[in-house]
Amino acid sequence: MDTFLLIGITGIGLGALYFLVACGLSLIYGLMGVLNFAHGAFLSVGAFAGYWFAVKLFPVTTNLSFALSILIGGIAGGLFALLVEQLVIKRLYNRHIDQALVTVGVSLVAAAMLGGWFGHDPLLLPTPTWWYNAIQIGDAFIPVDRLLYIGVSLLMLILFVIILRFTRIGLVIRAGVENRTMVQALGINVKLAFSTVFFLGGLAAGVGGVLIAGYSGGVSPYFSGTWLIYGFIVVVVGGMGSLGGSALAALLIGISRQYVNYYAPGLGDFVVVILLALVLIFRPQGLLGKVAH
Amino acid sequence: MSALSVKDLRVEINGSQILKGVEFDVRENSVTALLGRNGVGKSSTLKAILGIYAHTGRVDLNGRDITKEQTYRIVQSGIGYIPEDREIFASLTVKENLSLAELDDSPNYELAYSLFPELKERANQRAGTLSGGQQQMVAIARALLNKSQILLVDEPTKGLAPRLVTEVADALARIAKNTTMLIVEQNLALVRRIAKEIVVMDQGSVVFAGGIENLNDEDFVHRHLGVSVRGH
Repeated sequence: MDTFLLIGITGIGLGALYFLVACGLSLIYGLMGVLNFAHGAFLSVGAFAGYWFAVKLFPVTTNLSFALSILIGGIAGGLFALLVEQLVIKRLYNRHIDQALVTVGVSLVAAAMLGGWFGHDPLLLPTPTWWYNAIQIGDAFIPVDRLLYIGVSLLMLILFVIILRFTRIGLVIRAGVENRTMVQALGINVKLAFSTVFFLGGLAAGVGGVLIAGYSGGVSPYFSGTWLIYGFIVVVVGGMGSLGGSALAALLIGISRQYVNYYAPGLGDFVVVILLALVLIFRPQGLLGKVAH
Repeated sequence: MSALSVKDLRVEINGSQILKGVEFDVRENSVTALLGRNGVGKSSTLKAILGIYAHTGRVDLNGRDITKEQTYRIVQSGIGYIPEDREIFASLTVKENLSLAELDDSPNYELAYSLFPELKERANQRAGTLSGGQQQMVAIARALLNKSQILLVDEPTKGLAPRLVTEVADALARIAKNTTMLIVEQNLALVRRIAKEIVVMDQGSVVFAGGIENLNDEDFVHRHLGVSVRGH
């Protein structure tokens, strides 16, 4: 039972990280139709910013410095996303193939630049001493970092829900995901919503980047590649443009992957692909997806 | 004086010439009906005026050239739009659909709710769960929240049950009393009730522009619209 619980919570923690990667991707595609391959770069920039902040400014890692490095990672990811949107994506709205190609280019350039600055070897993110501790829940000893991933993702989900549900820009984003042409026909400058979504997506990816750097033992220029693939899978399974769908799919994928890897070693990724195929066949709009115009 | 003036409006989509030099004026404080058979470019004309479709030519709103402006700017400058097929936001509540459309500092909910009191009662209901008629009420109400110099209305009674057609027609007739309107509508009874001028289109061009009395001419109606005088 203790192992079952440990795997379950580890799966939720992994799902929480997937959610941080996927939520921005989902909203960006849902609202703007941009298949954003540069999203992995937002993750990397956030992770490196968090690393740089933690190493350069705080020789001794404290709880505060670690929390600040997560925050700095998020802000850096958000600002970088905004920069990419303003300099590159904005000029290519409705040119989907060009967008895909250009965002691939941005991700390659960003990785090369990060490699030039920080080198290509994995750099260990300084973490507080409690990072490797475990707490006892029932008979299971749960690594504390898993709970942190879950907590931070929940905070991010709450932040997104507050923005989407209770602000004017959130209302515009939700409407834009359904029909952005009609939003403009109501006299609303939907591009402001585009920029907001890019910033929020980059913020979540940046926060996720710092946490993933801790989870995966270090940060390197190309470390976001696999996570981006899982991010896309989560978005497709959850439904393009659906925040709730991303959260649900991320949990489903994280948990099922962990359990299958434990009980049938090596088959975790296979199960995820099967899940993706089933969704594409039987519910192509995703679990909670809507049909966007 | 013309509230809206359209000159040499041309739209090309995927190599097809949809509009081929459309020209007409809409007089201030008057309702003009844009008529024609299906597929002649009536809805495309409205979308081109709004900047939703890329176009060439010139569109003036009360003498000001709005041709090159973006859709949201055109709407902000005073063109209200009630689209074909409602295009309400299904996942938003009625209240959210309306509040999204607020542009003025004091949106005219009084008018919207006086025309459609049902919307007030259904404020918290998701718009996607409303009937077609109720969705049309939302689409009309959101265009009425702001003071528009002209209202573009695209087939407001399309697909509605007869009882709802009457309800929507009554509302439009009331709105038409003090609003400049350009309406695309197949229902000739409604057109006769509210319009003073007609513009008839065929194959992407205007083939007639004149008074509503022409709709009493059996030959004219049959030739241009392919229906009888009493047909809708």
